Amino acid sequence: MSLDKTEVQKIAWLARLSIDEQDISTYSDELSNILGLVESMNSVDTNGISPIAHPLDLTARLRSDAITEINQREQFQKNAPLTDAGCYLVPKVIE
Amino acid sequence: MHQSTLAQLSTALESNQINSEELTRLYLERCKQFNESLNCFITINEELALAQANAADKLRAAGNASPLTGIPIAQKDIFCTKGIKTSCGSKMLDNFIAPYDATVIEKMNAAGIVNIGKTNMDEFAMGSSNETSFYGAVKNPWDQDTVPGGSSGGSASAVAARLSPAATGTDTGGSIRQPASLCGITGLKPTYGRVSRYGMIAFASSLDQGGPMTQTAEDAALMMNVIAGFDERDSTSAEHPVDDYTTKLNDSIDGLKIGLPKEYFGEGLDSNIAKCVEDGIKELEKLGATCKEIELPNTELSIPAYYVVAPAECSSNLSRFDGVRFGHRCEDPKDLSDLYCRSRGEGFGKEVKRRIMIGAYVLSAGYYDAYYLKAQQIRHLIRDDFQNALKDVDVIAGPTATGTAFKLNEMIDDPISMYLSDLYTVSVNLAGLPAISVPAGFVNNLPVGMQLIGNYFEESRLLNIAHQFQQATDHHKAIPGGFE
Repeated sequence: MSLDKTEVQKIAWLARLSIDEQDISTYSDELSNILGLVESMNSVDTNGISPIAHPLDLTARLRSDAITEINQREQFQKNAPLTDAGCYLVPKVIE
Repeated sequence: MHQSTLAQLSTALESNQINSEELTRLYLERCKQFNESLNCFITINEELALAQANAADKLRAAGNASPLTGIPIAQKDIFCTKGIKTSCGSKMLDNFIAPYDATVIEKMNAAGIVNIGKTNMDEFAMGSSNETSFYGAVKNPWDQDTVPGGSSGGSASAVAARLSPAATGTDTGGSIRQPASLCGITGLKPTYGRVSRYGMIAFASSLDQGGPMTQTAEDAALMMNVIAGFDERDSTSAEHPVDDYTTKLNDSIDGLKIGLPKEYFGEGLDSNIAKCVEDGIKELEKLGATCKEIELPNTELSIPAYYVVAPAECSSNLSRFDGVRFGHRCEDPKDLSDLYCRSRGEGFGKEVKRRIMIGAYVLSAGYYDAYYLKAQQIRHLIRDDFQNALKDVDVIAGPTATGTAFKLNEMIDDPISMYLSDLYTVSVNLAGLPAISVPAGFVNNLPVGMQLIGNYFEESRLLNIAHQFQQATDHHKAIPGGFE
């Protein structure tokens, strides 16, 4: 599998990553090489093998529906780049 | 004093030969003296460490000390530490002060352990050389022209140079064991779920596991006694009884059955490394172990499967870095998309971007079955390989890494070669098994590690074997020149 420049740009957009124009061809080569490595998976027939997402057969634990966390908004927002009146600020989304 | 193990320091504190404040000052001095050349710390916590040391001394005076109370231990900068910068080796989190403690940190604090500093690492734990860190490369104290391995390279370098008697690390594809091997220390990756992931910044959640990086197996057992255990705040934490990891250390290993995977001793392994590991295995045979050749036929597929699963999970986990709630934010975003794209583009380094893009690609519409599903099927095969092998043998032994420490900048522009160097470690993460790397000798004055892989939750047995090996050998006692 080889990725051309348009595909690299598309993936970068899907991942919301700005990449420099001059780096695109390097990414294109590197990502193509990595996908080439990954494609060696095709050398084995996995028909009928169930996929596992997790090494141990764990099921998600349930807990009682009780409030355990306290409100720490102020403390958490100390790390925020821009807040106002307890809200996170972002550029205008709706005109 | 700085040549002492955790066990020895524990005795020294217990018998009042030294107190925690004196000990902490001694290590802080070493950190300050050598960090400029080795770069193994991102943050040295002088003020906090001294406060914790004083508290530990009071705890001990009141008769409330546990074995590690008052001993300085370094923490990989992937563990959130309340009130202290937690960068994960990234520009993205250069300004991040963690608002809470990771469970591992909480447990260490509760045991009165002194948090001496936060160690350097590959950015978001993505790398095998520590060169992807935003804070610069870490040097290997055995040869400062070489890398310490990664991603827990700062921890490995700090312990090898005795700037800290022990450290924490995390292991997603070998990030505890490979740097332990390259720096000549002991590193244990516990069973997936054994040590809580809460507050450990996520890279690939189904693979990530924290563990100890120490001088000896005995020290790793002492640390495991503090950090292992169920945690309801980690959704995949194991609800499995926790051993006292020190009780079996002195058991005989007479009759132990060791499997030697033929795939681990084949093409791609440096013959000098093979010799070191074979000599190590002979030592275990002298102690009564028997060996047989085994097969792990899907070993080669572990690298491609890993480089689908890990980037896929990474692209998902790292989507939280949006420039809105915490972390780096670009200047003057013109709209929301620009804010996301530029904050992430500026905040992440090259290797992280590569992995996010691979992850986004393999998870994108139309490609899921060919990549992610296929990798999960191969993961099943790899887990079965180990389970079949472990029916006949107690543990599996082999090399930890394909080579010794390589030169700085040697592989930085060749991601594929770097990825392939993880051959003996990634399959263990895919299977979720515990494994330990112990020093097994030197090739051209650079350390070589031997890896022992056990069945689920058999950390005690691995530590027992490693401890018996270390009673019979001296490799783990060697200290790099200039740091004695």
